[in-house]
Amino acid sequence: MASTQTPPADYEKYHVPESSSLAVRATIGLITTVFGAALVLNDMTFGDSEAPSSAKWVLIAGLLFFTATLASWFGTAIKENIQGLNSAQLSHSYVLGMFWFIFSEVMFFAAFFGVLFYVRQLAGPWLAGEGDGGRMNGLLWPGFEFVWPPVTTPQESVGGVDSQLIANNGVFGTSERSMAFADAHHWYQWLPMWNTIILLTSSFTCHVAHAGILKGDIKKFNRWLAVTVALGIVFVFLQAAEYYEAYQHFGLTLNSGIYGSTFFLLTGFHGFHVAMGMTMLLIQLIRSVKGKHFSASDHFGFEASSWYWHFVDVVWVFLFLFVYIL
Amino acid sequence: MNFKTVAKACVVSLLVSGPTWALAQNQINMAKGVTEVGAQIYGLHMLIFWICAVIGVAVFAVMFYSIIYHRKSRGVTPAQFHDSTQVEIIWTIIPFLILIGMAVPATSTLLEVYNTDDAEIDILITGYQWKWKYEYLDEQGDNVVFFSNLATSQEEIYNTDAKGANYLLSVDEPMVIPVDTKVRFLVTANDVIHSWWVPELAVKRDAIPGFINEAWTKVPTEGVYRGQCTELCGAYHGFMPIEVHAVSREEYDAWLAAKRSEKVAQTAAAQQALGFEELMASGEAVYRAQCSACHGAQGEGGVGNAIAGSAIALGEVAKHLEVGIKGVAGTAMQAFGGQLSDVDMAAVITYQRNAFGNNTGDIVQPADVVNHKQG
Amino acid sequence: MGAHHGPAKGMSRWLLTTNHKDIGTMYLWFSFAMFILGGAFAMVIRAELFQPGMQLVEPGFFNQMTTLHGLVMVFGAIMPSFVGLANWMIPMMIGAPDMALPRMNNWSFWILPPSFLMLASTLFMEGGAPAFGWTFYAPLSTTYAPPSVTFFIFAIHILGVSSIMGSINIIATVMNMRAPGMSYMKMPLFVWTWLITAFLLVAVMPVLAGAVTMMLMDIHFGTSFFSAAGGGDPVLFQHVFWFFGHPEVYIIILPAFGVVSQIIPAFSRKPLFGYASMVYATASIALLSFIVWAHHMYTVGMPVAGELFFMYATMLIAVPTGVKVFNWITTMWRGALSFETPMLFCLGFLVLFTLGGFTGLMLSIAPADFQYHDTYFVVAHFHYVMVAGAVFSMTAAVYYWIPKWTGRMYSESMGRIHFWVSFIGFNIAFFPQHFVGLAGMPRRIPDYSLQFADFNMMSSIGAFIYGASQLLFLYNVIVTIVAGEKVGEDKIWDGAEGLEWTVPCPAPYHTFEVPPKIDAVSAHA
Ligand code: HEA
Ligand code: HEA
Ligand code: HEC
Ligand code: CUA
Ligand SMILES: [Cu+2]
Repeated sequence: MASTQTPPADYEKYHVPESSSLAVRATIGLITTVFGAALVLNDMTFGDSEAPSSAKWVLIAGLLFFTATLASWFGTAIKENIQGLNSAQLSHSYVLGMFWFIFSEVMFFAAFFGVLFYVRQLAGPWLAGEGDGGRMNGLLWPGFEFVWPPVTTPQESVGGVDSQLIANNGVFGTSERSMAFADAHHWYQWLPMWNTIILLTSSFTCHVAHAGILKGDIKKFNRWLAVTVALGIVFVFLQAAEYYEAYQHFGLTLNSGIYGSTFFLLTGFHGFHVAMGMTMLLIQLIRSVKGKHFSASDHFGFEASSWYWHFVDVVWVFLFLFVYIL
Repeated sequence: MNFKTVAKACVVSLLVSGPTWALAQNQINMAKGVTEVGAQIYGLHMLIFWICAVIGVAVFAVMFYSIIYHRKSRGVTPAQFHDSTQVEIIWTIIPFLILIGMAVPATSTLLEVYNTDDAEIDILITGYQWKWKYEYLDEQGDNVVFFSNLATSQEEIYNTDAKGANYLLSVDEPMVIPVDTKVRFLVTANDVIHSWWVPELAVKRDAIPGFINEAWTKVPTEGVYRGQCTELCGAYHGFMPIEVHAVSREEYDAWLAAKRSEKVAQTAAAQQALGFEELMASGEAVYRAQCSACHGAQGEGGVGNAIAGSAIALGEVAKHLEVGIKGVAGTAMQAFGGQLSDVDMAAVITYQRNAFGNNTGDIVQPADVVNHKQG
Repeated sequence: MGAHHGPAKGMSRWLLTTNHKDIGTMYLWFSFAMFILGGAFAMVIRAELFQPGMQLVEPGFFNQMTTLHGLVMVFGAIMPSFVGLANWMIPMMIGAPDMALPRMNNWSFWILPPSFLMLASTLFMEGGAPAFGWTFYAPLSTTYAPPSVTFFIFAIHILGVSSIMGSINIIATVMNMRAPGMSYMKMPLFVWTWLITAFLLVAVMPVLAGAVTMMLMDIHFGTSFFSAAGGGDPVLFQHVFWFFGHPEVYIIILPAFGVVSQIIPAFSRKPLFGYASMVYATASIALLSFIVWAHHMYTVGMPVAGELFFMYATMLIAVPTGVKVFNWITTMWRGALSFETPMLFCLGFLVLFTLGGFTGLMLSIAPADFQYHDTYFVVAHFHYVMVAGAVFSMTAAVYYWIPKWTGRMYSESMGRIHFWVSFIGFNIAFFPQHFVGLAGMPRRIPDYSLQFADFNMMSSIGAFIYGASQLLFLYNVIVTIVAGEKVGEDKIWDGAEGLEWTVPCPAPYHTFEVPPKIDAVSAHA
């Protein structure tokens, strides 16, 4: 039924790299990193925090090694591309790889959004004694009322101490304010709004850059890509400013009950992804300016990064909607 | 060749018939249950079982027919058909219909289980690592509260004593409920998730810290019903049984009244000073029941720190009381203040300070405990 | 270029390889090692449960055994074994030169061993290994967990990374590397089931990563996702976990379905019945698996509407699974059957998996599950589907393809002995667990009341027999590799179909560097 014979005329060989130490190096880097991270966290939480610890050096060494390996990995892939080893079919493998990677990221955020909806729609009201799920919960948390954003935690509603029936669960405070839009007079001080504008704009500029490269206009490409990266930097900066404000002025911290938890989880992981996407775009910019790597027909590195960037942007829109507005 | 077929047929038919044979003896099938809901669930269980058994027999019959008659060694030539939309549709639809047949009784039973309205008695059940607390809620606020601990001795568990009849299934103080009365259980937990299950009442509800789940029962016949915690809750998850005594209404009322007067007596006892011997004796009992699992029978430690030679047990009384009453946050050492009576607390602290070679000579009185609690 | 090179020599062949066969081999050996390790934990469990009373281990340690047994078996033994199989077979089955992303392929493998090393090392840490079950419900796994939980969390993260990369690779390979003419509906069923499994993995592993991330934050950063005092909910953890966990069990079983769908036609000498409906059934099972997760949580006190929804959805899964069972049996119907070891294991699979499926259906009935939940009835259910399902089919796959891998034939008589010992041992071990479960024995307990004594002893004896039969398996495999009879022809089994049987035995280091031509005749038929 099948026979191994002469290849079809248009057959381009699929490049299977010989053998490579990249995977093993990346493994060492990754494992050292997480091992170091676990040591650091355990020192922090379970150990004697006074004692000097070498844990952080393990973490730092791991991170450096891992980053260096990733750099040389991508470097190798780029070199192979320049050598012309990548057939159209191989490039398509990269496209698929990036696409499904982004899909997995979508699911990662979906889990966190699911958590947000669950605590807002179900767990919160139940704790306040409403609905099928928690009719009698008033016995545990008398006086707890649920509104979103929550002004109080169940624990605080019973006087800041543990409920009579719940022991040793840590102390959860509340914040004076949420990050939602509060003050119509000072709307221009509301950072999330600016961040939304910035990210949406950057998605647009990224698209303009793409249009540029598709026409072979490298100058235009570089210019607009630079603008995109700059906007990304501003976003991260503003996000940091917002966190500072939350901690310093609003008393909103990771310990502020479920609002603080979901707020920092969602915005934090998003911010981290923005930083990653920005770095990816920055690398493409450097490649384009220094290495003249891209042409109208060959710019996958940029394309992949730009997909990632648009993805991060879309996540933000949902975030803005569900974390800040609704 | 052929004996293998026979061997296989035997093994498989044994397997298929296993459950049927199981029906004959009660202990290998689900408890029929004494309550109405229990009986319904049992019926449901048997219904699905038989449906599956019939389908299984049909499916495996076809399979074994092929195995026996369509084997290559008989020289058959294989057919080559590989599709038939018609049969495929049929065997999609028939199972679907069977499922609907199961879903109908399942739904009505489920609704019944969930109907906790109109209960006469409310009992708040709280799971602790590793015991249950029962609180009979009273409209006047005169709640009856007590803990229910495993009654099996460490010696039985560690095989140095013969195991008793209700090994691992008996408690020091059972839950008591009246028969023919709808009792509502409000189930929660103090630390981790537990699950309160009594098979014969067909009640299983997870005890979630911070939330209250509802369940109910109405027991028609007097008797003792036993169960166990069924959610992994830490090291001694296997050692937190449940014992429910269903008694007549009169007995129940008498029991409740006795509990109430016990409570009054305890408050009174807390005012009295006790002798050293007396404290040590009851302290030892409390220690063995409550503390030894973690601190060791000889105070040598285990999950918890050693008591023998412990700086706290040899140091200030106030600090020792603090640990006993409030526990140590974030460790397995929980707050025993709400679990032990003041007398028991005084006794066990006295005991810890004077046993296992800790010879402080201190006597801690119930009044000290009361004072400590009041700050 | 290096196209005509054989493998490199020594250690570096394995460390640095980008060859799908080498990587497949490493996955297979690794998973077998993990199977032994997880099995050793199970032997500790069964030994302690041999009699009532505490004999060998302390209760806390028993829980560590249960936890690590579940984790190692699921994440270390079963999943990597099927990934290994995918690596070996998918490129050969679709006529591809290798996996689509070979270097990443190697990375996916190599992060596994160290992460399991990290997981196993928790046994020696202060406070002991994780003891909260493989389902790690909060707050037992957060506020009340030993310090080693941090290492556990990172180990899970890395397993997730590995699975996601592995699946992306499989998806890219299947979508992009099929030989010309190999249309989707011509792919062997094993490839199909893996493609769908890979989608499941990419969809749910990130959710598991999210769950452990929130745990990490609750433990170390003072958040309150799973703590009611701060406005969270411990049950929320279960929802997130089972959103991953239920699809996970189909991740385990779908490739097994694929294997069985290759082997039964081969030994029936008859094409697979209902190829298309097999594909649709697999897809339906995968889709349904996203909306049934809370059937593991019937007793947590969900609102009754939720309870009903999840009950109906779960019951529905019996329909596509039934289609599969019926198709396999119809494949055998009027075939010309022979019963070599791979076929025996597939028949074992068919009978026992169906029994496990029936108990699954019983569990899906919410009110009845109130009585079954967290008892040994559940333990029996999932060992029927996972051991007699996944492990049996994996064993069948090894016997079926080992001539292709090594160029040598296994000993048929030893294979049959292995089958019968494990079939009988398995049933002695796990059938009585239905009884004790129904009679009320909870799971995850180190000691039990006296009425369960006899069946537990029986179960332990069966488990030892089954365990010993795995040593026999190991022996068979090693003997085959070093001293098995060399095979001459490409096609070992007269009824087998598929591209892998068009290349020599053992399969050369590089196959299909030039894509084969697929005839108009469908490849699977
Ligand atoms: C390979 C893994 C695997 C597979 C395939 C399955 C398959 C199924 N499982 Fe199972 N399950 C597990 C692994 C698996 N399970 C594990 C690991 C756990 C426990 C986790 C833990 O708590 O640790 C579990 C627990 C579990 C529970 C929770 C029990 C509890 O904790 O209380 C439930 C409840 O609904 C359930 C249901 C099902 C159903 C309905 C199927 C169906 O897919 C079965 C479908 C198959 C058939 C029905 C047989 C063939 C069909 C026919 C012949 C057609 C005709 C039939 C009829 C119409 C009746 N499973
Ligand atoms: C696919 C996954 C898988 C596999 C293959 C197995 C295989 C086995 N399982 Fe496992 N099991 C689970 C997944 C799996 N299990 C899960 C998910 C749980 C739930 C965990 C939890 O509750 O959190 C569980 C729980 C579980 C329990 C319940 C524990 C409890 O609730 O406390 C028991 C008890 O009997 C058990 C037994 C066994 C046995 C005897 C085997 C045997 O099949 C193992 C056979 C293999 C070997 C034995 C290894 C090979 C041989 C040797 C190592 C040589 C030594 C042998 C001898 C000396 C005889 N398992
Ligand atoms: C569930 C396990 C458990 C039980 C039951 C338990 N303890 Fe503890 N206990 C601990 C742990 C763990 C510690 C260590 C806490 C720490 O890390 O500071 C501890 C510490 C102590 C200490 C301080 C010892 C020291 O030197 O640090 C005292 C006193 C004590 N417990 C008294 C009691 C008494 C009295 C009881 C019974 C009424 C009891 N414990 C029951 C787990 C337990
Ligand atoms: Cu309490 Cu298990
Ligand atoms: Cu499930």
